[in-house]
Amino acid sequence: MLAIREQQSSSDRAQQPISVDLPYPGFQFDLCLRNQYLISKGFKAPIAVKTGTTIAGIVFDGGVVLGADTRATEGEVVADKNCEKIHYLADNMYCCGAGTAADTEKTTDLISSKIRLHSLNTGRQARVQTALRMLKQMLSRYGGYIGAYLVLGGVDCTGAHLYTVHAAGSTDKLPYVSMGSGSLAAMATFETQYKPGMSMEAAKELVSEAIQAGIFNDLGSGSNVDLCVITSRGVDYIRPYKEACSKGVRQGDYSYKQGTTAVLETKVREIKFDVVSVTEHKMEVD
Amino acid sequence: MDFGTGAALPVSKPPLARQFNPYTSNGGTILALSGEDFSLVASDTRLSERFRIHTRDQPKTYKLTDNVVLGCCGFHGDVLTLNKLLAARIKMYKHQHDHEISCSSLAQMLSTILYSRRFFPFYTYNILIGLDEQGKGCVYSFDPVGSYERETYRAGGTGASMLQPLLDNQIGFKHQNIPEQDRPELTADRAIALVRDVFIGAAERDINTGDGLHMQLVTKDGIKTLDRFPLRKD
Repeated sequence: MLAIREQQSSSDRAQQPISVDLPYPGFQFDLCLRNQYLISKGFKAPIAVKTGTTIAGIVFDGGVVLGADTRATEGEVVADKNCEKIHYLADNMYCCGAGTAADTEKTTDLISSKIRLHSLNTGRQARVQTALRMLKQMLSRYGGYIGAYLVLGGVDCTGAHLYTVHAAGSTDKLPYVSMGSGSLAAMATFETQYKPGMSMEAAKELVSEAIQAGIFNDLGSGSNVDLCVITSRGVDYIRPYKEACSKGVRQGDYSYKQGTTAVLETKVREIKFDVVSVTEHKMEVD
Repeated sequence: MDFGTGAALPVSKPPLARQFNPYTSNGGTILALSGEDFSLVASDTRLSERFRIHTRDQPKTYKLTDNVVLGCCGFHGDVLTLNKLLAARIKMYKHQHDHEISCSSLAQMLSTILYSRRFFPFYTYNILIGLDEQGKGCVYSFDPVGSYERETYRAGGTGASMLQPLLDNQIGFKHQNIPEQDRPELTADRAIALVRDVFIGAAERDINTGDGLHMQLVTKDGIKTLDRFPLRKD
């Protein structure tokens, strides 16, 4: 589908109209048939990377705090020890993502650009409600096959808002929320410690505690706590807010002496060249 | 073959299956290595299932005799049953032969027990350590159905694929251009430091490995349990 544009000189360009085959919008499903063929022959079809995650958020007096751990896993192996799970949507809203890594990233990217266009068209800052509606309509259109589980938080002309969005498109508006494989650990923290109308500092500390509960008790979550505080005055993205666990200190020395790698063969080849031109540069001496 | 977009996907019914799966993986990593006059077995202390931690304090090394220790992990239910069975068989051996079983005999016995369950195996990874008839450190590694061999070092369990290449390089001197006679002998102190270092690495990348490191050292003076070394808890 993608035509590679050929390089043209400026005189050519004047005569020939530039024609580019743009890729079709939306998803391509060509590989479904290939995957089915692979399975029928006893092979495994490729699967998307999912992230065990703890993400959470709370509403406090004057804004919202979003939090996330920073571990990305591929099965039982840690793929990324310090990944970013709090995504930018607009200057007044951010979105934490759990589930299929590619889906959370692409969905938030897409909605971010739609929101930008929306605010340029209307000449106003978009509301959190608007982003929520865009997200849930897109996700429900795909019937849950886009595996994005989100915590959406932001501040607009109507106040501070916090939502969760499930992959199937259902949403909740709540004062404290959590998502991902560590959501139970995080919610347990909120259920025991959350109070309405908390101060910003107390709210940050509580979200951090909730994320840490996920980090320590859920194997899919780990490493650091990232926080994002959104108020009407602006955004404070703190990465990392806390390193929940530090790496052990190694005792041995694992540097290799020179010559450790065996030299199997040495070959020196002369490269033939022609002198095309010689230019002389004057040394910069006063 | 047509991979085009035109053809409609054939709708197939998913196969109906009702099954009871008697196994589960409880994670954990074990590691054993041997030197001239010692052998060492180590394990992490985390016991987990899927994304949950059952306990942060479950060492996976089991003392079998006064100078043989078994590193054993996989499905914890089978680990416990196998150890109960082994303890009974070791006692029977002692009464029949009027002496404690040797490390090599115990290895053979374990292999027989594992193979007896060839078609409903114990889901366990086993590494046996002790001293041989000459007093040298020995390590026997097993697969779940009883294939075994004597080695100088071996890793098992969920983090094995991360530890083994490091051991191959550091103890086996693989990919290191050092003549045989120039390779330093493995001392217990270096072995302990190396085990700690490789477990730090495994705890970084394997979600089932962490919390603490438990080590048991076998010398001619018997079994010594080393101080617990802390690992990442996330």
